[in-house]
Amino acid sequence: MIKVLKPGLSTSVQDLGRFGYRNIGVPVSGAMDSISANLANVLLNNQINSAVLEITMLGPQLQFFTSTNIAITGAEMSPKLNSVTVKNNKVISVKKGDILSFGVLKKGLRSYLAVKGGILTENVLNSRCNYRSLTKNEHIQEGTILHIQNNCSNVKTSLGALHQQKHFYDTDCLNVFEGPDLELFTGDEKKQLLSTNYTISNQINRMGYRLLTKVVPHTKSILTSPVLPGTVQLMPLGNPIILMKDAQTTGGYPRIFQLTEKSIAILAQKKPGEIIKFQLQPKF
Amino acid sequence: MNKYKLTYKPFGNYALLIEWPQEISSKILEDIRLFVHEISLNKIKHILEVNFIYSSLLVIYNYKKTNFNLLKNELDTLYNKPFNSKISKGNLWKIPVCYNKDFGMDLELLASEKKITTAKIISLHSNSIYTVFGIGFLPGFLYLGGLNNQLFFPRKSTPRSNIEQGSVAIGGNQTGIYPQNSPGGWNIIGKTPVSIFNKEAKIPCKIAAGDSVQFLPISKENFYEIQKQVIKGTYNLKQFKND
Repeated sequence: MIKVLKPGLSTSVQDLGRFGYRNIGVPVSGAMDSISANLANVLLNNQINSAVLEITMLGPQLQFFTSTNIAITGAEMSPKLNSVTVKNNKVISVKKGDILSFGVLKKGLRSYLAVKGGILTENVLNSRCNYRSLTKNEHIQEGTILHIQNNCSNVKTSLGALHQQKHFYDTDCLNVFEGPDLELFTGDEKKQLLSTNYTISNQINRMGYRLLTKVVPHTKSILTSPVLPGTVQLMPLGNPIILMKDAQTTGGYPRIFQLTEKSIAILAQKKPGEIIKFQLQPKF
Repeated sequence: MNKYKLTYKPFGNYALLIEWPQEISSKILEDIRLFVHEISLNKIKHILEVNFIYSSLLVIYNYKKTNFNLLKNELDTLYNKPFNSKISKGNLWKIPVCYNKDFGMDLELLASEKKITTAKIISLHSNSIYTVFGIGFLPGFLYLGGLNNQLFFPRKSTPRSNIEQGSVAIGGNQTGIYPQNSPGGWNIIGKTPVSIFNKEAKIPCKIAAGDSVQFLPISKENFYEIQKQVIKGTYNLKQFKND
């Protein structure tokens, strides 16, 4: 097991998501940056749906009560095992009693910590993702015990490492598909929406990213209709909100674009004040 | 039944959105329910999940196995054939609500603004049968249509930071039940002891889009009695066939 000594700012358990309950209003949830979360599991030969910790901005301090292997991916947050600096994208062997902590955020916003065999917290509606009204807590708390598979130290892993010259999220360009309501806007308005550099506001969380830049103010509303993680809704003041993994399942603002899964992952690593722009994918 | 003209739109690379004429209509809702039933009877392949609200149907598919155009053609062919199957109308759920002002903290405000008695508000609210046009916003939040226009009342300009689970409220031309504690700006007129959403249950939300709902006024004593049964797990929401 792992004991949470300090929870960090907003650390939650996430897997691929909670599927099949959209019709009763349950958000999908799941790792915001699914590329990094998957990579952490792949490094450990975990199953793809193994639960990991999503660590946002300010990392936790965790003590291991079992020897095991771990991997950290995503944002660079100066992780240390006891007092020794450890690297991202590498299998790390931890011993019983070891303490993992995180320091300065150097790059990105969210780190992912995978543990051999996955984190075995409560499973609610076929997922371990923390979500406010479904799981006991929205985030891990001081003193939280995270159960993990025991005696994993003998499990063969390659102790592999992945050397990345460049992060996949080192781009300000988000690939999008046309959204269902883009047709409500004129050709000129579409051009504007696609040629603008948008600044990310400080209202960002697992539900959505609100952008500051106002482009096309409008008075169009739609009859409440389904939305997805990655749906870009245009607010009446002209600034977009990009829905993320914990977003509600229905919405009433025009859906102008739909981010690809990779673009959701890229955006999940962006901070307030950073710039993004939309790049339209060809129709298929 | 005459078929509607449907619009099919790609929604990302793994979902397809089907739009009926964009209006709030029980006929459209019924047509969507029938179509969803036909889709499941005909076992259209590679569909992972469907979800509808008002006049939109979302179909999530396995994009590794099919694509928008293939699925669109399959679905459109199915829609334009006569539907052979029949499904019963959705269930009618009778939800007990205590309209005591201890729970309905905005009941008197509404009465004085509308210049009607609180008893009139309660009778107008509990005499209507509401259609569940969809579920969204929060797990188990029902979008209900059919509020009597004498009860339309604007949302509060400043939302309350916490509204208790089970609160029954009016916001604009809508009424609804808060399925969890949450912030909210609607005017609270009562409270139900029943949980609309129960994450431990095999079917966490028994009420489905296409069902209908009626509120049954109960006393405060009755509220606490039902609440006890709900906690013990012995209370069953009353469900009626709606034919």
